[in-house]
Amino acid sequence: MADLRNTFAGIRSPNPFWLASAPPTDKAYNIHRAFEAGWGGVVWKTLGEDGPPIVNVNGPRYGALLTPDRRLLGFNNIELITDRPLQLNLDEVREVKRAWPDRAVVVSLMVPCTEAAWKAILPRVEDTGADGVELNFGCPHGMSERGMGAAVGQVPEYIEMVTRWCKQYSRMPVIVKLTPNITDIRVPAAAAKRGGADAVSLINTITSIMGVDPATLTMSPSTGGRGSHGGYCGPAVKPIALNMVAAIGRAPETAGLPISGIGGVGNWRDALDYIALGAGNVQVCTAAMVYGFKIVQEMVDGLSDYMDSMGFATTADFQGRALPTVTEWQHLNLNAVSKAVIAQDLCIGCGRCHIACEDTSHQAITATKDGKRHFEVIEAECVGCNLCVVVCPVPECITLRTLDAGEVDARTRQPVAAEAADWTGHPNNPMRALPA
Amino acid sequence: MVMHPDTPSAPGPPMEQRFMSSDTLSVTSSATSSVTSPVTSSVTSSPTSAAAAASGPQTGSDIRPGRRSAAQIAEALSDSAPRLTATQALVEAERCLYCFDAPCMHACPTGIDVPSFIRRIADHNLRGAARAILSANPLGGTCARACPTEVLCEQVCVKVAQEDRPVAIGRLQRFATDAVMDQPVTALFTRAAPTGKRVAVVGAGPAGLTCAFELAKRGHSVVIHDALQRGGGLNEYGLASYKMAGGFAQAEMQWLMGIGGISLQTGWRLMVAPQLDMLRDAFDAVFLGLGLARTPRLGIAGEDLAGVRDAVSFIAELRQAVSPAALPVGRRVVVIGGGMTAVDAAVQSRLLGAEEVHLVYRRGPAQMSASGDEIEWALKNGVHIHHHLAPVEFIAHADGQALQAVRFARTDGTSAEDVTLPADTALRAIGQQLDLMALEGSGLRIEGGRIQADAEGGTGVPGLYVGGDARAGGRDLTVEAVEDGKRAAIAMHAELTGR
Repeated sequence: MADLRNTFAGIRSPNPFWLASAPPTDKAYNIHRAFEAGWGGVVWKTLGEDGPPIVNVNGPRYGALLTPDRRLLGFNNIELITDRPLQLNLDEVREVKRAWPDRAVVVSLMVPCTEAAWKAILPRVEDTGADGVELNFGCPHGMSERGMGAAVGQVPEYIEMVTRWCKQYSRMPVIVKLTPNITDIRVPAAAAKRGGADAVSLINTITSIMGVDPATLTMSPSTGGRGSHGGYCGPAVKPIALNMVAAIGRAPETAGLPISGIGGVGNWRDALDYIALGAGNVQVCTAAMVYGFKIVQEMVDGLSDYMDSMGFATTADFQGRALPTVTEWQHLNLNAVSKAVIAQDLCIGCGRCHIACEDTSHQAITATKDGKRHFEVIEAECVGCNLCVVVCPVPECITLRTLDAGEVDARTRQPVAAEAADWTGHPNNPMRALPA
Repeated sequence: MVMHPDTPSAPGPPMEQRFMSSDTLSVTSSATSSVTSPVTSSVTSSPTSAAAAASGPQTGSDIRPGRRSAAQIAEALSDSAPRLTATQALVEAERCLYCFDAPCMHACPTGIDVPSFIRRIADHNLRGAARAILSANPLGGTCARACPTEVLCEQVCVKVAQEDRPVAIGRLQRFATDAVMDQPVTALFTRAAPTGKRVAVVGAGPAGLTCAFELAKRGHSVVIHDALQRGGGLNEYGLASYKMAGGFAQAEMQWLMGIGGISLQTGWRLMVAPQLDMLRDAFDAVFLGLGLARTPRLGIAGEDLAGVRDAVSFIAELRQAVSPAALPVGRRVVVIGGGMTAVDAAVQSRLLGAEEVHLVYRRGPAQMSASGDEIEWALKNGVHIHHHLAPVEFIAHADGQALQAVRFARTDGTSAEDVTLPADTALRAIGQQLDLMALEGSGLRIEGGRIQADAEGGTGVPGLYVGGDARAGGRDLTVEAVEDGKRAAIAMHAELTGR
């Protein structure tokens, strides 16, 4: 059996699945249940500074993008940071960590952007025995209007400054949680690193409006007739997050900085994606909010089973393994040629590949053969774009075949070259490097 | 195969065994008797039938009402496939792949754009879904209930290849069409400005109703003439109760007539050709949706015995009964035929409490015009199905008045010995015929007992069109009658407006 034990930024946990800072980690009651279910760690829902409690709306805090049969694709929230007293949370952090010494208990923090505020709260957290802190520089709604959360995360200088204070006033590992609501994730990640961060976690939620109620023509979700943008997460955001994780892993300035992958992790495959692209662990929220805490058991079992089948002893065996396969478009091998192949014995005859290709792509799939309904790739037209593979409802029915070197591409009538060649040296590229 | 829990079963030993033990019966053996028998081991006896069985051999025919309680019968005759819930419909709609040039669309005689209407259900656009259905098939509500979808749209659904289970197109169609019935038809369709043209439609069945609706939509005014008290034709009188529960035929007809410009004259029967001439004089065009009103006799001995009747009249009586529990039903019923009417009559006999129901067909399973699902439904309801048996004689009781049994000859040559099935009621379901007498001298060409016409229903007689079962060349499906009515309306419109 694979060993799923995990050490992230010096923090140990029995598996790499942590619950992200969010409603599920608001209090001891939930977290005891989460640990009983098998979660490796939690990031306690963000604590703010001492004072009058945070106020939430009393209408809908959540919205969702659902399929017609109500499977959840995306999820949106406007809940603020914890609305419970600071001391109560701190007492519960202490109690939970004592009860579950083998689990990771990290505390998410968000206080005003002043040295005094951070200096005040850090010792109180450290005193609980918590394993580390995560700086919430990502929350995109509500708190950001007050100069916190994403408002800090969007200014690299603030990130660096606050991270430095945290390292200065605490011995705990510091994880900086990044907002995706920026143009280039590498910049805030580098700022965190410069400030001394032990790790970054990403992504926080994406600013979003879920839709409009067709009857009332008010945005949704709305409370009292008006709504405010929320933070978007869930399965739909994973590709965005993966790209950001890979970008940080590939940037020379931040390469090697531990990354906690967040965004749309609902099963072991999602965790695999993050880890193979360099993440050291993953954080989960939406899947738990949809299915309850038990879902971690399927994640753990699935990842363990995958690792056994691949012969991986620990996650380190495949962590970052996919990262070198990520590159810029200009470095893609333009000599590699793929053609779609339709397995006729699997084809159910829906014709979606044909109409997608016919209407929107390259007219490379037949609709009939000898007067009968028949879908077949016309290799002379196929550019290997993958659209038919994507729209086919039958798994493995349509696949892409990479032509062997020397094989003739029916479209270009040219033999496939054995050697790779990319845009940087392509004759059509006016910027190409010319031979010396 | 599972016995329907609500249906009564025969007490005592399995029926086949009882036939064997009877002296009056000559059955070779169960292995060669080509009998498809339902499970008869799980027996639940009702007090009355148990008493009847205990009283020994029957001495007279046993036809009486109230074999089951009114509540049991009402339940049994209610919707066999109720409307999907909104959740069920959405989940089912999601299964549709929105195929290119969808096979289901081509398999539908009326060419309903199935992927479009299903997508609109998924999109919460139920009126749009209904409009997609009803613009191709105004009787989409009836067809959703009565169509043998398993041999039409659902047979060719690609989901059969993928999951061995088609998208439930018929039930989704019902969901969408039912959803708009509380709105006037004018919320979906607008009637064109009146053209001043008047059309007579003969027969208020599926063909006639569709033709009338499509003509009215185009601005013509239509008078539908029908022989019976209520319009609807087979929808009202001929389909099984459990297919058209809740008075649907009348509701649908009234709803469609809401388009305006249609009036219905009942009690008008086409009996002689001069009536046709009168219609042609009084109207700008005439559509004949006569159906097949004549029920032929078998022409064998004993056909006039009490207890021998047509399946269609039995079904019509049941459909019109205010209290079905008051309808007399035989304890043992033999239905002769192999089509959907035979199945409907057999199953409804069972549901009304008949203890033994035998559906007897003269040819093999492959020749039965009832679909596989219909056969399954019959078996599920405890109907015994026999093949390769042709009726020879209706045998009377000692009184010489009432039916006691039906004797059949084997048609497959497996044995020279006849088979005799005891029966209180025998229902003929051997198909209906066009009443040719009424058409004598009309100038209409007859082909195979039906009226010859082109694809648009044109008879060759100017201004005279035909569609539905009366027209030669169809499969006697409701949905084909609808298509006939629609096509004829389009052709008549072109002729009437000179376009």
